[in-house]
Amino acid sequence: MNHKTETELHNQAVKDLAEVLPKIAQYKAKDRLKIPAQDMPCQDPVVRRSNLNEVALGYTLEQARLEAMRCIQCKNKPCIAGCPVEIDIPRFVQHVAEGDIQKAIDAIKEFSLLPAICGRVCPQETQCQLTCTTGKSLKDIDKAVAIGRLERFVADWERTQGTIKAPLVKTETGRKVAVVGSGPAGLVVAADVRREGHKVVLFEAFHKTGGVMRYGIPEFRLPNEIVDQEIDTLKKMGVEIKTNFVVGRTRKLTDLLDKDGFDAVFVGTGAGLPMFMGIEGENLIGVFSANEYLTRANLMRAFDRDNADTPMYYSKYVAVLGGGNVAMDAARMAKRLGAKEVYVVYRRTEVEMPARKEEVAHAKEEGIHFYFLQNAKRILGDDKGRVRAMECLRYELGEPDSSGRRRPVVIEGSEFTLDVDTVIVAIGNGSNPLIGQTTPNLNVNKWGNIIVDKETQKTNINRIYAGGDIVLGAATVILAMGEGRRAAAAINKLLAGAG
Amino acid sequence: MNQITLKKQLSTDVFLMKVRAPLIAEERKAGQFIMLQVDDDFGERIPLTIADASEKDGTITLIFQVVGKTTSDLAALSEGEAIPSVVGPLGKPTHIEKFGTVVCVGGGIGVAPLHPIAQALKKAGNHVITIIGARTKNLLILEDEMRAIADEFIVCTDDGSYGRKALVTVPLKEVCEKNPKPAMAIAIGPPVMMKFCAETTRPYKVFTQVSLNTIMVDGTGMCGGCRVNVGDKVKFVCVDGPEFDGHLVDFDNMISRLSSYKDIETKKHRCKLEGCK
Repeated sequence: MNHKTETELHNQAVKDLAEVLPKIAQYKAKDRLKIPAQDMPCQDPVVRRSNLNEVALGYTLEQARLEAMRCIQCKNKPCIAGCPVEIDIPRFVQHVAEGDIQKAIDAIKEFSLLPAICGRVCPQETQCQLTCTTGKSLKDIDKAVAIGRLERFVADWERTQGTIKAPLVKTETGRKVAVVGSGPAGLVVAADVRREGHKVVLFEAFHKTGGVMRYGIPEFRLPNEIVDQEIDTLKKMGVEIKTNFVVGRTRKLTDLLDKDGFDAVFVGTGAGLPMFMGIEGENLIGVFSANEYLTRANLMRAFDRDNADTPMYYSKYVAVLGGGNVAMDAARMAKRLGAKEVYVVYRRTEVEMPARKEEVAHAKEEGIHFYFLQNAKRILGDDKGRVRAMECLRYELGEPDSSGRRRPVVIEGSEFTLDVDTVIVAIGNGSNPLIGQTTPNLNVNKWGNIIVDKETQKTNINRIYAGGDIVLGAATVILAMGEGRRAAAAINKLLAGAG
Repeated sequence: MNQITLKKQLSTDVFLMKVRAPLIAEERKAGQFIMLQVDDDFGERIPLTIADASEKDGTITLIFQVVGKTTSDLAALSEGEAIPSVVGPLGKPTHIEKFGTVVCVGGGIGVAPLHPIAQALKKAGNHVITIIGARTKNLLILEDEMRAIADEFIVCTDDGSYGRKALVTVPLKEVCEKNPKPAMAIAIGPPVMMKFCAETTRPYKVFTQVSLNTIMVDGTGMCGGCRVNVGDKVKFVCVDGPEFDGHLVDFDNMISRLSSYKDIETKKHRCKLEGCK
């Protein structure tokens, strides 16, 4: 593996930029395509395997400008259509190329409130970068303009400058909105509704805010500092935050409207119950849902074994079942917690893996093993009820299924045993039943996800809206934000009409 | 929020605390629990059953035994101090109706969660037979309170230092043999005690409800750490329970899972005591 240090990448960029800059005004598209794509500087894989610090270190200004100059400012701007919140990408990229980062951040913020987060966790290769003309011209999607990294650079620049401005809040309207859940959907709704001058109370079930960005996504991918920053901005805008408050239990959803005087409610309670395989041995000691494993390590800070009261299992050989971002996070966390070997076991192939490409690449660099076309058949325990091995089956790809991916078909008689002491199940989540259980009139589908109007995110109950994973099932931060945006617009419209 | 308005030591390791939590006091029903944390940064979240509540005073009553780091930190708090995080009420409330004769069995600290249930059953018009027990006399709690709501009351200790010298399963068997047999039983206490209560009532086909206290991280259905086998299904204690049909619960697996972190915790506890860090 070829690991270039931060300094090497930066020095090269300084040199290249000095060469390109005087001529850039004359550059045609074909000249721009020759500007070298900028690699993301990263912590050394050997070092980072034992710390929680962020893996990707971020571009320097020179790298960012060079990368931005690779954008040919094409006419049809397919990147915008690929973005769930339709950021005017060519415009902000143009500002970066010119070195005017303040203008770049202003341009992004017209569309997205959480660029530092999205720049880090969006699956750009299936969204804005998928159809990038630069990438297409170079016949390599990996050579698309690194829009996500540029977005991150711009947002980080603003944060380190200390110039983050809380959005302006209009005159108080006297209206009051409850936002349930402080994950990505909730944060966006809180900000957008507050801007119109409505009072906002943000309810969070945990003792800390941020939802999946706090309990799920590890700090090596999204540092807490970034999430804290976003929450601080909301506080500065006057959003009231109530932690340790489980809507549905501490207060019924409808009571917020009927008894507590809220004019509207947004439900963004996120994904819920972790799914298990339903195989023998799944309740042995040493089998965890990825949710549990990551929540312990992240939210409860059990990564810091010396200081945290929440215990973390000691693992030497770990199997992770699944191929999404959560599986990558769990595998890499296990490695950082001291596991000797970590195996990601996935029943399809690398092509079908839903995880972000960059995370898979990082995981490989960190020494995580990938076992494709295999799946667990049962988990075997010792006489103390602890995991000692996992029996697996091999698969081959058959005909495409309803998702368009080729269906994995089991190869009969292909059983083999993997010696592990820990199994982490990362095959997705069902919906959280709490709101449904305690709000009998709310329409949910057979998976328990709340049914909403696609235009407005309104549920069947007046003045109650919903969005994010509680509606979508397990999706992404940016899709949740998109839903939050729509819901906030509908709530603002409702309150304006009523006012 | 969460100020301790009253603290009382009930026995050697058992404490009672009244905590200001008006919303929880208003919403809670018998059988539900809260999660609490004594340190918001590095503390552990632990589930505790709500033993009682006063809507008027806006308080809930917690009864807990000091068994580990968090419960000992909790016991170190004084009246007037606040518990940093208290969240609830969680779990499904107990289903209360007039069943007829109900036998309520409480073991050790399990008498605390049993109390509000017995109270509600009595209020619903049931004939309540109560059996409470503990290893020894000074571990018995809430005897007067339980006696006050029981139509028939039996108290026993394992060592015979108070009441009958017997395990709670002995009088439970006698009650089941009565004609007519009780409509149902509720058993709350240490896992082994609940397991044997369920075994005791099984031959008599007396429906036996147990309340499980498993390892939990969030308590809202998100982690799955609390999962138990109930019949041929896997259930989450925090959102599907905490109460289940004791005849269907796989107690052996549950007891085994409760020991998941025993090694780590024992080692850590010893380290802190001996100051080896």
